[in-house]
Amino acid sequence: MKRSRTLWWGGVAVIATLPLGSAALSAPVPPPAAGTISGKATYTGTPPKMKPIDMAKEPNCVTQHPTPVMTENVVTEPGNTLRWVVVYIAAADTAAPAATETVRYDQKGCQYLPHVAVMRVNQPLDIYNDDPHSHNIHPLARVNPEWNKSQPKGAPPIHATWEQPEFIPVKCNIHPWMHGYFVVLRTPHYSVTGEDGSFSLAGLPPGTYTVTAWHEQFGTQRQDVTVGSGETKTVSFVFTARPY
Amino acid sequence: MGKLFAIVVTVIAIVSATLFALHVWWLPVDISAHGARIDRQLNETMVAAGVLFVVAQLALAWFAWRYGAGPSSRGVKTFPGGATPMVVLAVVLVGFEILTLTFVGSKVWAGIYQSPADPNSLQVEVQAEQFAFYFRYAGPDGRFGAMHPELANDATDNFFGLDPANDTTARDDIVVATLTIPVNRPILLQLHAKDVNHAFYVPELRIQQDFVPGMVIPLHFTATQTGKYEIVCTQLCGLGHYNMRAYVEVIAPDQFDQWLKQKAEQQ
Repeated sequence: MKRSRTLWWGGVAVIATLPLGSAALSAPVPPPAAGTISGKATYTGTPPKMKPIDMAKEPNCVTQHPTPVMTENVVTEPGNTLRWVVVYIAAADTAAPAATETVRYDQKGCQYLPHVAVMRVNQPLDIYNDDPHSHNIHPLARVNPEWNKSQPKGAPPIHATWEQPEFIPVKCNIHPWMHGYFVVLRTPHYSVTGEDGSFSLAGLPPGTYTVTAWHEQFGTQRQDVTVGSGETKTVSFVFTARPY
Repeated sequence: MGKLFAIVVTVIAIVSATLFALHVWWLPVDISAHGARIDRQLNETMVAAGVLFVVAQLALAWFAWRYGAGPSSRGVKTFPGGATPMVVLAVVLVGFEILTLTFVGSKVWAGIYQSPADPNSLQVEVQAEQFAFYFRYAGPDGRFGAMHPELANDATDNFFGLDPANDTTARDDIVVATLTIPVNRPILLQLHAKDVNHAFYVPELRIQQDFVPGMVIPLHFTATQTGKYEIVCTQLCGLGHYNMRAYVEVIAPDQFDQWLKQKAEQQ
């Protein structure tokens, strides 16, 4: 009896060391450190003026904004930086797991928040109406199926997904000044420029990438960038702005 | 049963006529120079139709009371000559009444809608689209930029399809969502529709006019009282029709000049 228990413990010890041994054997080549591409989106020339939006039709939205909301199709900041530019890697990353985190899109104060929402194909999207009145969201999709849904105040969020990559303009059929974009991408490597125009694509395995920058009014630009292991490359996209 | 019916008909006729006579639910205040003519015509129509309505209902009640529950042995009397002359007489009588009201009414209507606008009118272009109204003023240069429907784009707030890149007259055009006008000055609106039929209706202005896509429809009036009034669409134009509205703000002339100047600076 005593002997068999000793044997049993010995067996446990041998089995427990096995994974350690195998891990030590395959360790000599560490995985390449991920690289990063970052930079800024700027413009040259004269951009169109941002104009105050007249929301008189919806008095509640007027009171929600002590200072009028400005149009968002071209949002510039000092230093000629450009906001709402989507920078991404067009090539599909087949190894990337599907995106399961829900993207939230709000209709608040007769505005779409955020103005440009980026999501991946088949990523769940929830659209909320936070206003005390109706909205009617209408994504003008061409590749994906187009739909047009009314959402009264207090209605549950609208659930949606998009199966194909596409830049989808979004409008509200009740408040024509409301305008935004759903940007549906295959890649998990994307970034939207903020107020300072900066973007960052992290976690890139070493290699050469075609980086695309898209702006709703100034079009699309591409640059080929090679990133080494653990390297951070800086690129800048300069858009040509027109006043009209 | 006939007597009960007679009582119900009489009560309904008298109560509904009284509600109209006492103006219980009546038109809002008139703020237009031409509105008095519309209101007079509406009153005449109401009186003519109201008198006939009450007389016809009371006659119906009297017949029901007198003959409704009578013994079936009583001889049935018919209109002299049978049904045909009765129908002809009724058509002629009702037709005469309706045609008279139409001719008198259309004279008043034409006097307002078909009369030429004052040459010194303030011109405002109106664009109706699902589901909003937009208003355009010529700006400091006094000229409207040409409209190019293919350039119309809600995303860039180009509701009128202007081409400021090539058309310098369009650059200073003022586009707003509230119709702001000076009091006591003739206003000439040019109505455009971007998609389907809409209507411009301001009850206080006693004005109601359809928009028709492809047509530019002039509409003129003079507001005589300052204040903020609702503009509503009265042609079913889609799912959001219920929410298609804007406001007309009638303000003092000096306030208006100031407003126009302030808007011009934002362009």
